Amino acid sequence: MKNIQKITRMKLFFPLFCLLLVLLINVVKDPGFFQISVKNGVLYGRLIDVLNRGSEVAILAVGQTLVVAVSAGTDISVGSVMSLSACFTTMLLAGYGVNTTTTIVMPMALGLLAGILMGGLCGAFNGALVSKLRIQPMVATLILFTAARAIGLLLCNNQITYIRYEPYKYLGNFIPGCPIPTPIFVTIVVIVIIMLVLKKSALGTFIQSVGINSRAARLLGINSDFLCFLCYVICGLCAGVAGMIASSRIYCADSNNIGLNYEMDAILAVALGGNSLAGGRFNMAGSIIGAYTIQAITTTLLAMGVSTDQAPVVKAIIVILIVVVQSPVFKSWVETKKNRRRAEIKEAV
Amino acid sequence: MNRKISIILTIAMLLTGCCGCAKAAVSGQSSAGASAQEDSNAGYITVGFCQVGSESDWRIACSNSYKEEFTEVNGYRLLFADGEGKQENQIKSMREFILQDVDYILLDPIVETGWDAVLKEAKSAGIPVIICDREVKTEEDGLYECWIGSDFEKEGRNAGKWLADYLQSKGRDQEKINIVTIQGTMGSSAQLGRTKGFGDVLKEHANWTMLGQESGDFTQAKGQEVMEDFLRKYHDIDVVISENDNMTFGAVNAIQAAGKTCGRNGDIVIISFDAVKTALQSMIDGNINADFECNPLLAPLVEKDIEKLQAGESLEKVQYIDETYFDDTMDLKSLITERKY
Repeated sequence: MKNIQKITRMKLFFPLFCLLLVLLINVVKDPGFFQISVKNGVLYGRLIDVLNRGSEVAILAVGQTLVVAVSAGTDISVGSVMSLSACFTTMLLAGYGVNTTTTIVMPMALGLLAGILMGGLCGAFNGALVSKLRIQPMVATLILFTAARAIGLLLCNNQITYIRYEPYKYLGNFIPGCPIPTPIFVTIVVIVIIMLVLKKSALGTFIQSVGINSRAARLLGINSDFLCFLCYVICGLCAGVAGMIASSRIYCADSNNIGLNYEMDAILAVALGGNSLAGGRFNMAGSIIGAYTIQAITTTLLAMGVSTDQAPVVKAIIVILIVVVQSPVFKSWVETKKNRRRAEIKEAV
Repeated sequence: MNRKISIILTIAMLLTGCCGCAKAAVSGQSSAGASAQEDSNAGYITVGFCQVGSESDWRIACSNSYKEEFTEVNGYRLLFADGEGKQENQIKSMREFILQDVDYILLDPIVETGWDAVLKEAKSAGIPVIICDREVKTEEDGLYECWIGSDFEKEGRNAGKWLADYLQSKGRDQEKINIVTIQGTMGSSAQLGRTKGFGDVLKEHANWTMLGQESGDFTQAKGQEVMEDFLRKYHDIDVVISENDNMTFGAVNAIQAAGKTCGRNGDIVIISFDAVKTALQSMIDGNINADFECNPLLAPLVEKDIEKLQAGESLEKVQYIDETYFDDTMDLKSLITERKY
């Protein structure tokens, strides 16, 4: 009994529980859900799909968690920044005004790096507005939320730029000879880097203390403004990486559609991970699990054949349930119920 | 130092943002102010055109068609307003056109509803409005002259008929045929029309089964995801109907990734809509079987209507533009060179 309580009180219990529940429903409905086969030399299966397609949201959730923790606000521009980074990269690789190309005009690695840095630049812009000018995070990021896609369209000369250059597809699909989709590796690399930085340096603790009380943190000698700025830059870089994957998947930059509504999924992932949107303490692993939970729900609905126009309603219901179950009010309600029952049992005895 | 950098960044970003906004303003071949135009408009018919935006190759071909048709050589002045995907931009530019007292207003509405007030304003100013491409729903009739656009239902029916002929030519007309559809954005007129048109033909063939219909939102990424799921769920897909070319590109990727083949000599027959240049190229490469055109070159038809209105003739309320289709039996290489979009 005590062991069970210990487990249920763990920070990661609820996010993991929700993810497993969603997966369990799938197994009941379709025992073949976990089946993974090798087709064409690559892994093939629904579980791989969830891991693969959830990559962008997982990467965004990493950055978003830091932003939420440090500034008690959300960065709603990440979806648009993804699109802008993708457009910037394709423009650099194809040359301005080129609609479709099979050869690239600059080394691919350089183009990808420039795209990611573009994301970082957008993050720096957001960070400057929030940390220096003290604009509310949602308002500050609203600027790029609306403007970034338009800038992307300008960069791409109002067209969808196609890069029909084989290696460009590697990042979002498969590297020849490797059976695991590349986005999974990219996600792991991003997570490992961030986790190492957070665990091996005091950055994680600093971010939490700024989030809980930025004035107190400053009095303790922590540069609150700079930390806040830094978190937005990291979030922007994450958006840049996600943008590269999304663009590589379809080997083009579709400015109007890349990363559409992803900011909402990223914020939702943070919430599903058991993080408070009021900032302060954060749980990175929870957010990442949250991101894959969202993708698992989407894949489940598709697998069950829920029609596309009804899927958002079902998705919303599941999300509401998960959020309610995790809310402190619900948890304490369950606790009092339990205690009352225990008391009743004792009385009966 | 940090502050300086942040201020510079702010200004730089705001400036780039402004470039984006400036585009929304009315710009045209005669960009002079309203008063200046009145003097120089003598002898020309002024036409104000409210375009949706420039979101796709199709749309750009559509805009270019107007710019090429309504030239001063042909006796027109075209005022071109890009709505950038927002209805309020379009309403604003329509009001500007009314203030400038143009002779005709052409409107390609972003959404179907919410046009009553501004159409009434145009009517009371005595400016005829022609609706192009997408449709409007108004409470009163007679707020606009006519609607010109694509017959999506017919496109869907034609696709069905083509499939029937194709299967017959392959000797598969008695076989059980499994079909999946990747639909466009749910509720859009292209999705509704194409789904219904093809569905009508489907009912006539007892051996055709529709395994599944899912929306790919007219985008390549979603189209690919939907196709991947179809391939997991159903192991014997014979035909894929994809309601636009972008989704088709995604579907082709998904099929090839699953180790199957499609198009000419492939396992799966692919039928697509829109017929943009890149899709024809993909057809030459052997990935797509047939593509049904959605013609963006509306301007010549619009121009004829304006001539009729000038001559005092009345117009048909609903006019469909001629549309064709392409399949891999045609001489695609020569067709592709003359294709405008």
